[in-house]
Amino acid sequence: MDYAGVVFLEILYMIAFLALISAGLAVVFGMMRVINLAHGEFVMIGGYTTIFCNRAGIDIWFAMLVLAPLVVGILGLLVERIVIRHLYGRMIDTMLATWGLSLLMVGLVTLIFGNTAVSVQAPIQSYQVGAYQMGGYNLFIIAISTLLMLVLWLVLRYTRFGLIARGAMQNADVASSLGYNPQRIYMWTFTAGAALSGLAGGVMAPLTGLLPSSGSLYIAKAFITVITGGAAVISGTLASSIIFGAVNQVVSFGSTPVIGEIAMLALAIILLRLMPQGITGRFFRNST
Amino acid sequence: MSFSRRRFIASTSGAAAGIALPFHAFGQGAAIKLGSVLDNSGNLDAYGKPMVQATTMAAEEINAAGGLLGRKIQVVQYDTQSDIALYTKYAQQLARDDKVDVVHGGITSASREAIRQTFRRANILYFYNVLYEGGVCDRNCFVTGTTPAQAVEPIVEISQKQWGKKVYVLAADYNYGQITAKWVAHYVKQRGGSVLQTDFFPLDVADFGSTIAKIQSAKPDSVCAALVGGAHLSFFRQWAASGMNKKIPLYSTTFGVGNEHLALSPAEGDGILIAGNYSQEETTPSNKDFLARWGKRFGDTKIVHEIAVSQYQGIMLWAEAVRKAGSLDREKLMKVLESGIGVQGPAGLVKMDPATHHASLDIKVMEVKGQKLTIKQAFNQRPPSDTAASCNLAKNPNENKQFEVTI
Repeated sequence: MDYAGVVFLEILYMIAFLALISAGLAVVFGMMRVINLAHGEFVMIGGYTTIFCNRAGIDIWFAMLVLAPLVVGILGLLVERIVIRHLYGRMIDTMLATWGLSLLMVGLVTLIFGNTAVSVQAPIQSYQVGAYQMGGYNLFIIAISTLLMLVLWLVLRYTRFGLIARGAMQNADVASSLGYNPQRIYMWTFTAGAALSGLAGGVMAPLTGLLPSSGSLYIAKAFITVITGGAAVISGTLASSIIFGAVNQVVSFGSTPVIGEIAMLALAIILLRLMPQGITGRFFRNST
Repeated sequence: MSFSRRRFIASTSGAAAGIALPFHAFGQGAAIKLGSVLDNSGNLDAYGKPMVQATTMAAEEINAAGGLLGRKIQVVQYDTQSDIALYTKYAQQLARDDKVDVVHGGITSASREAIRQTFRRANILYFYNVLYEGGVCDRNCFVTGTTPAQAVEPIVEISQKQWGKKVYVLAADYNYGQITAKWVAHYVKQRGGSVLQTDFFPLDVADFGSTIAKIQSAKPDSVCAALVGGAHLSFFRQWAASGMNKKIPLYSTTFGVGNEHLALSPAEGDGILIAGNYSQEETTPSNKDFLARWGKRFGDTKIVHEIAVSQYQGIMLWAEAVRKAGSLDREKLMKVLESGIGVQGPAGLVKMDPATHHASLDIKVMEVKGQKLTIKQAFNQRPPSDTAASCNLAKNPNENKQFEVTI
């Protein structure tokens, strides 16, 4: 019975983890159709910001929840202004440019912080589930991920900015003729996406530790989650996170984490074969 | 002797290179070339960086003392960037283009196996100075790191006495982890214990949540971790975050070798039991002197770890053999190395065993405490008895394989 509880919590954690690391990418890809191959590096830099701000004596909660999204958001703003804005509508070029960007960022971080694993201790104590001990920090990740999805949904669905952003993504010309500058909307959307990636990196830092190459740990999972989810930012990300998270953990518990990952990737291939437009291309068509 | 196409190409290309580089190849007093391939960056750099520094320091010290045979040592160092493909590439470069006189290098067992045959074919002596799973039986290869019989057996012994007979094993998913896990099982069973389960993890796995839950439901008396690299460090962190480090004791065959105890906070690392050849806490004059020299040369002595010291000792052992042989000739050097030669290093006596080409070493069982490896017990001059059980190069000098334990 306790064991079932533990498995359930681990499944929830994996779903939350996938949703968290995919949110930033989903906003950028789902709304702007920009494939950001530097997404993993945004996450990584969010983690580095957290760890090094914490080492400099800043409170860890403030570092991960405020500074990490802020720093990466500003970085995203710069990247959008300097690189991305010249490449809207040119998917292959954006992929190449952001891939180059990701290599550049890995190189810069290596140069500045060294190519060595850095880490910070998880700031939450463990807790007991029956006879089992669990990392309390996992609960925090589940909570933050839930909150994030909720806020994202509220903003997109019920605020003026959300409405304008969705409108501009659907038809930039109409938005423009109504007096909204699409360039400006793209800019803030990309910045918001980057900030979400930074938040994910900051929140994940205490669990995994970081290397300059850590972005590659996240990018593959984030991509299959977002692509399988389809165009709808929230329902898509949620749907695929739930499916992949559950499959990954159930198989991991039944066999090994390696087989768990393989099962997840195999499932992604099958899903994309059946639904090339992603889950939300077929179901929940009109959702956000 | 059959004359194959490969042999023809090898001999003629050698002749061509000889014509092209007369000064390097034959010049009197030209430097002795010491080749080295190590991961100075990437996932494994915590292991490799200090080894590269140790190589530099060893060569500089030998040169400062007048060199070998009246010649200076020149280090030819390649950074393999934690990329196994680069090992093969640079090994061939060392053998064909640089024509080095000896190679000290390789970190993971996968990297060693990627380059060992290259040097054997090229008749270049190869020193592997890293702890590993044991069993390599190759007359061209000399090992100065510990093997399971040296470092795993004592720690299994102590952990079983202290904690009990049921063990859960976690290991890295490549030849080191696979074979070491077999040795752990072997020693555990020999002492009447049992291995409840063994899980293997590729080097990039960083999420151990399900594993930690599985360990708890298996209820072992202790956990043995043969994990490798920066990503696997997450296990120790997540283990501590779930509070398990206070509940089930943990011992490791690799912990500390990559300075893991410095990457973890004291609260996360304290209490982990390890066994190996070297601890910085060693109070012998030779270790204190070594650390002082390191500090003078590189500044930070915190990063000095077992395999950096092994690399240093391996080079010193080779240098001693060159001095005794009075020559760089491979056969003459091998005779000296097979004569029971030994050197005193920072970690104690390193004595080459003629039959296995592995070293007898001083082993310490240590506990992680406040980011330091405190020595609890020492076992001096443990022989590589695991490899010795199946490998005898005195009898079968042409042997070229790696023996594994059978359970």
